[in-house]
Amino acid sequence: MTTTLRALLGATAIVAFAGTAMAETTITVATVNNGDMVRMQGLMDDFNAKHPDIKVEWVTLEENVLRQNVTTDIATGGGQYDVITIGTYEVPIWGKQGWLASLNDLPAEYDVDDLLPAIRGGLTVDGNLYASPFYGESSMVMYRKDLMEAAGLTMPDAPTWADIEKAAAAMTNKEAEIYGVCLRGKAGWGENMAFLTAMSNSFGARWFDEAWNPQFDSPEWKATLEFYLNLMNNYGPPGASNNGFNENLTLFNQGKCGMWIDATVAASFVTGKDSTVADKVGFALAPDNGLGKRGNWLWAWSLAIPASSQKQDAAKTFINWATNKDYLALVASKEGWANVPPGTRSSLYANEEYAKVPFAKMTIDSINSADPNAPTVQPVPYVGVQFVAIPEFQGLGTTVGEIFSAALAGQKTADEALAEAQAAVTDEMTATGYIK
Amino acid sequence: MARAHSPRRLWLTTIAAWTVALIIFFPVLWMILTSFKTEASAVAMPPEFLGADWTLENYVEVWGRSDYPRFFWNSVVIAVGSTLLGLLIAIPAAWSMAFVPGKRTKDLLMWMLSTKMMPAVAVMVPIYLLFLQFGLLDTRIGLVLVLMLMNLPIIIWMLYTYFKEIPGEILEAARMDGASLWNEIVYVLTPMAIPGIASTMLLNIILAWNEAFWTITLTTTKAAPLSAFIASFSAPQGLFYAKLSAASAMAIMPILILGWFSQKQLVRGLTFGAVK
Repeated sequence: MTTTLRALLGATAIVAFAGTAMAETTITVATVNNGDMVRMQGLMDDFNAKHPDIKVEWVTLEENVLRQNVTTDIATGGGQYDVITIGTYEVPIWGKQGWLASLNDLPAEYDVDDLLPAIRGGLTVDGNLYASPFYGESSMVMYRKDLMEAAGLTMPDAPTWADIEKAAAAMTNKEAEIYGVCLRGKAGWGENMAFLTAMSNSFGARWFDEAWNPQFDSPEWKATLEFYLNLMNNYGPPGASNNGFNENLTLFNQGKCGMWIDATVAASFVTGKDSTVADKVGFALAPDNGLGKRGNWLWAWSLAIPASSQKQDAAKTFINWATNKDYLALVASKEGWANVPPGTRSSLYANEEYAKVPFAKMTIDSINSADPNAPTVQPVPYVGVQFVAIPEFQGLGTTVGEIFSAALAGQKTADEALAEAQAAVTDEMTATGYIK
Repeated sequence: MARAHSPRRLWLTTIAAWTVALIIFFPVLWMILTSFKTEASAVAMPPEFLGADWTLENYVEVWGRSDYPRFFWNSVVIAVGSTLLGLLIAIPAAWSMAFVPGKRTKDLLMWMLSTKMMPAVAVMVPIYLLFLQFGLLDTRIGLVLVLMLMNLPIIIWMLYTYFKEIPGEILEAARMDGASLWNEIVYVLTPMAIPGIASTMLLNIILAWNEAFWTITLTTTKAAPLSAFIASFSAPQGLFYAKLSAASAMAIMPILILGWFSQKQLVRGLTFGAVK
């Protein structure tokens, strides 16, 4: 009897202990709405099976709303979010502010050294990794092989801007509604200014000198903007000042663009089922001018833990699951290699199966050719290829973007636009104390 | 009178009214049409109408990707709850201002209205901190409270205007018959003011339903209403207009239907006292 009683008590204790150990921790993951994140939500069964003690709740928000909500939450210590999706622009700023928890202590299986150096560099502040990349992207040239062939031209793997202009001129047939080149024209720091800032790097231009003086009055910016306006006015589609990523994607998929220079992530769309030219698309690196920098950007959507989270251990477990090598293999097994989140790990590009994806090589070459810590030909005091990682940049980028978009719409000349941009940025940088 | 019935004048005013109505309704109509187009058709230039590719795919995808019923239920609770709570406070407040006004009643009314002139973002941090302190973040009761406070000046003003039209003598008569203050408000004033209360209620349900600043800022997963549902369909690569339109149409449809069926009360409430 005593033995039975003891056995029962022991079993009860074990069950009680197990119950405590299995106590569910609920973490809230705030994310933006993109295909890879949606796909991850569909693969949560794998995480739930491996970590039944952690329940994940998702909040999907528009990028700017997410930024505002997370900023408020972190600044007030709210602890509403345990994992946040964060862009390369915020990581250096928020990391410096102490708003993010360091991810240096992720388990060995995470294999931090497998992260692509350029991407890892953009997410590291003072030696601390503050975000784990979920997918990375650069920009590159997507072009119509059939139109190039018809024009008797061959696209080099690493074209110059002169090559692009020549190809655009040869492919343009306005009567047939085929335009040589489609580029972003819609105003916004993440729209036309992402493209133009990256493009300006290849022309030797920069936003600021080392003393934070704006440089829009430099000959390099003049060359950048004049080249862009000429290219678009002569060979671009009508109404290009309203075109962003989606509009250009639609034009390209309808067969109306000879070339499109935009995010590497677009490669899977232009070769996908919605494209009428899927089997005619070639890829090349973003153009340069022989100055040592190409006109491509670097961006990653990453997962980070706000310092205010009370459940950092569970959050790290989730991040480790969502961004390690096993997750890439999981996506490949369920959805195929072409749908694996690209641009984060060297091992993905060493994989023979992934190498068969038509845009894999050009994507990794593009990412490797960008350096957020040395983005320009001349020295600069900031981090970021297509942005300047200071809190004021969103406003500045949008202001300058509106001015340049107006120039593309024909409302002002390149010189007027540059003078206006110089004045606007000088005012703001003086008011915010960067210029003493 | 003769001019009002002239066929020419009737035609002109009818055409003018329809034109204005169509201009006002056009964005909603375009959104609904866009929700049935493919993404390519949605951003086509020139805009496509008859030749567009029509599809139900956007609705299928939006429904499949989100827990719409949960967002919908949160919207119902928050909009109705904040309105009922607001009425509970506003009816006695409007009664006192309409029937026993003090020296500063007009100033008080103006002050209440002036709080609506302040941009919401100005009090975001204090309200967020209060919510944090009292454990109200991401709760429906928290949103009911904040939306009630935001709309209370409008509710009081609407009811005050309505109550002012009710002859004070009727209430006096009730008092002389021995009615207590409670009975006077509940059994005499409220039944007489039901059309006004109904239109106030409808308007405030619509305002609370459409509120998008506090409902997105103060919620994450549990209490998020349809405004957060719409926000979740905006993508970093830009706006996928067709899907966003489908999500928006699903979010506004219930309130549009409610507005359609109750338009008589709404118009009556909004124009009350405008013509004497």
